[in-house]
Amino acid sequence: MSGPSTYEPKTGFEKWLDTRLPIIRFANDTAIDFPTPKNLNYWWTFGGILAICLVIQIVTGIVLAMHYVPDTSKAFASVERIMRDVEFGWLVRYIHANGASMFFLAVYIHMFRGLYYGSYKAPREVLWILGVVIYLIMMGTAFLGYVLPWGQMSYHGASVITSLIGAIPLVGDTVKTFLQGGPAIGDPTLNRFFSLHYLLPFVIFGIVVLHVWALHVPGNNNPTGVSVKDVKKDTVPFHPYYTVKDGFAILVFLMIFAYFVFYAPNALGHTDNYIEANPLQTPAHIVPEWYLLPFYAILRAITFDIGPIDAKLAGVIAMFGAIAILFVVPWLDTSKVRSMRYRPLAKQFFILFVLCGIGLGFAGANNPDDLLFKFREDQLVVAYTDEAGEAVKSKGFDDYHDAEHFMQELPEAAKPGLEISKAGFKWLWAAQLMGLYYFAYFLVILPILGVKEKPKPRPASIADSVLGHKKASSGGTPIPGGANASPARDDA
Amino acid sequence: MSDAHTSNIEEDGETRRDFIHIAAGAAFAGGAAAVAWPFVMQLGPAADTRAASSAEVDTSKIPLGGEIRVLIGGKPFFVRHRTEAEIAAAEAVNLSKLPDPQTDDERLVPMMNGELNRAILVTSGACTHLGCVPVGPAQGNTGDFGGWYCPCHGSHYDTSGRIRKGPAPKNLPVPTYAYLSDSLIKISL
Repeated sequence: MSGPSTYEPKTGFEKWLDTRLPIIRFANDTAIDFPTPKNLNYWWTFGGILAICLVIQIVTGIVLAMHYVPDTSKAFASVERIMRDVEFGWLVRYIHANGASMFFLAVYIHMFRGLYYGSYKAPREVLWILGVVIYLIMMGTAFLGYVLPWGQMSYHGASVITSLIGAIPLVGDTVKTFLQGGPAIGDPTLNRFFSLHYLLPFVIFGIVVLHVWALHVPGNNNPTGVSVKDVKKDTVPFHPYYTVKDGFAILVFLMIFAYFVFYAPNALGHTDNYIEANPLQTPAHIVPEWYLLPFYAILRAITFDIGPIDAKLAGVIAMFGAIAILFVVPWLDTSKVRSMRYRPLAKQFFILFVLCGIGLGFAGANNPDDLLFKFREDQLVVAYTDEAGEAVKSKGFDDYHDAEHFMQELPEAAKPGLEISKAGFKWLWAAQLMGLYYFAYFLVILPILGVKEKPKPRPASIADSVLGHKKASSGGTPIPGGANASPARDDA
Repeated sequence: MSDAHTSNIEEDGETRRDFIHIAAGAAFAGGAAAVAWPFVMQLGPAADTRAASSAEVDTSKIPLGGEIRVLIGGKPFFVRHRTEAEIAAAEAVNLSKLPDPQTDDERLVPMMNGELNRAILVTSGACTHLGCVPVGPAQGNTGDFGGWYCPCHGSHYDTSGRIRKGPAPKNLPVPTYAYLSDSLIKISL
């Protein structure tokens, strides 16, 4: 879409500068006159929202770094000092902490948008891959940042995650030691995490520049997935049309953001992180921040050995595989039709995929052995050993007195004990089913559907889809429905 | 350029320039690796961190039936003073029923005179499942087998620190330690 430049320097200074550093021309061509499909909906505003999120995180982060002390004996207190003593420190920290959640909320919507409208398909594969790289570094940055306040969840979350790296065969222990800078998480770890947490957002910024560059070569995808054919009919200049639309969406987004900052600043956090880290006491329930929960659920869903790979390593592989698979989505989806608006089957599988993603988040937040729902009422069970003292037997009762009576009649050697037996559908099983669907969606459904599915007719052009094909008769007849064998492949 | 190129052609089509390219590339790769080495190695444990990787514990201070918890380089260790009943329970276990079979004697280190001090058990304090620190006698919960209980995902350890029930795959590891006298031990990472 990077066509000939429309910029014409007017003043003498602009002409002088244009032959030396054509920066005004560059800004004009990328952000003012950039031809943008005229049918973008609000799902397309999240790119701009994410740019704002990154800037907010960098600005608030730089301010927090002026007051934070990366020392295990002082880190927790320095964060409390920011909250209590530093002027407006509470505000800056709450913006930063909730900003991370808002950033991930927006990035997930942005990614689901890309998956639904096929924005990863040719010629936008590199654009998509750069996006996945950004997402990956975002997760790393968020994890590092969560360790810095040196709360209980910081410390023990970090030890669970670094212990995962220890599960890698042969090199795992060495890599883990080099990551921690010692035998366990301590001062060296905190210092390097702080250093990297400061560095990575700027790396993200650099990749965002590449991401926008890769976007501006083919131009935006759009809800129809049909490529721009006539720049005059199909597009409008980015400014003012999309600066205003993005601006409105950013304002609405910031209102939601502000709600969390001012009215529920800790709603998305964990209370245990307001207790200073204690290596000798593990919190009863270790969970990562909400945006990492689906991957945590996949990690814990692998409770069985897969061939020679033990369960722990297999879980680690599944967790990283769940992210790595996003890199190859452009080649897994065989359909030539970009937008799922015209893919009736894919649309349904996609909705199920989104639900599974959210469901995995809930599975990650819950104890795997807790029940999602019960099969029956809880039952009283007496467990005891038989005469040989070997096998453990059990007998169920509906009534406490019956159970008590039964226990009294057993000999002393039977060591009877009363238990409550629960039967129901475990969160673990839910995580396993949804995790299976997550991988099946990419590895089975997308490849097969592209060949089998019969897409609906697509509009001949973006102008047609906006105006309806009666008015835009000059745009030609709509592409007939029919499998991918359809001669009209322009949206592919 | 072309003059220099043709004048360097040797019999088998390789030029001196090819050699210079390969030599320069090799020197660059070697130089890059040499520069990368210190930048990677600085990530490892520093000398003071390595120096702080052992601790001495006076076992005579531990009350009978109790334990003390030691942090060495940030890693937790349990030193437990077992009662006669706890020792007997640890020795009476049928090994074939254990997920990670080990006798109680195998999990002890002899004193200076070569005998085992069965009353003192030293183990790592990190659950072999995901590294949580199990609770023990001081926290009022020793699990179903009288040893330790990990509240994270419900692993039960017996009075020898062996895994008996729950998701943990291995026994609590016994660290490297030695008796410096009858009651003084030195635990190393």
